[in-house]
Amino acid sequence: MRVGPDAYLLVSAILFAIGVVGVLIRRNAIVVFMCVELMLNAVNLSFITFAKTNGALDGQVLAFFVMVVAAAEVVVGLGILVAIFRKRSSTSVDDVNLLKG
Amino acid sequence: MSPIVAATASENAELLVFIVLAPLAVVTALGMVLSRNAVYSALLLVVNFFCLAGFYVLLEAQFVAAVQVIVYAGAIMVLFLFVLMLLGVGRQEALQETIRGQRPAAILLSLGLLVTIIGALAAGVFDAQPASLAAANEGGNVEAVGRLLFTHYTFAFETAGILLVVAAVGALVLGKRRP
Repeated sequence: MRVGPDAYLLVSAILFAIGVVGVLIRRNAIVVFMCVELMLNAVNLSFITFAKTNGALDGQVLAFFVMVVAAAEVVVGLGILVAIFRKRSSTSVDDVNLLKG
Repeated sequence: MSPIVAATASENAELLVFIVLAPLAVVTALGMVLSRNAVYSALLLVVNFFCLAGFYVLLEAQFVAAVQVIVYAGAIMVLFLFVLMLLGVGRQEALQETIRGQRPAAILLSLGLLVTIIGALAAGVFDAQPASLAAANEGGNVEAVGRLLFTHYTFAFETAGILLVVAAVGALVLGKRRP
């Protein structure tokens, strides 16, 4: 039996949905970041599945660029988190409310 | 062994690996979201990234699989764990909802999203035919991806380099202690 592309896309959809749940219910900003990473990886899995179904490598190159952008995002995001932690001694997303009216 | 039997054997191996990896990926992702301890979340996410690397190998994307292990499971997760340890892990997350009814609503909406995507898959929106990358991977996957990167995607590649430099400088500026 062959594993069709739909199976991979299904796993990708489930992982993406789990990432969305995590972003919405977790309060720890670092864990929220991890859930964003999970969502990016779920989309990468779709890209690579589609690369295979198209018989071309462009999807793989795109997944590679997604990884590059994710790395940059993590570096800056964690830098911001450390800066916030120095000011507020907390990584909870609820404590960052300086802009609240 | 005839080519047909060999093909079935490799397909059986693919099926076996998929059956092992797919539930493991989903369980580790769920565990990451549900775990109280942020360090457990990070470690479960590492396992999840290894599962995805396995999927990439099954999908004939050896280069991306290697990058996944080295960059994601290696560098990025080490950065996560480093920041977790730096900021202290003993803190308990508030169990009380800030906005009342947010958690059930979040789970409900995410389930809705999942059902929508699965519906689209079932309806054949993507209509994906199983194909082979054998022609595109001629002479090796790494060589083929590299050729594409340095010919068709040169501009994006250079831009990615600039982005990484900007990110490194940004992290330095953000991390600097102001007097």
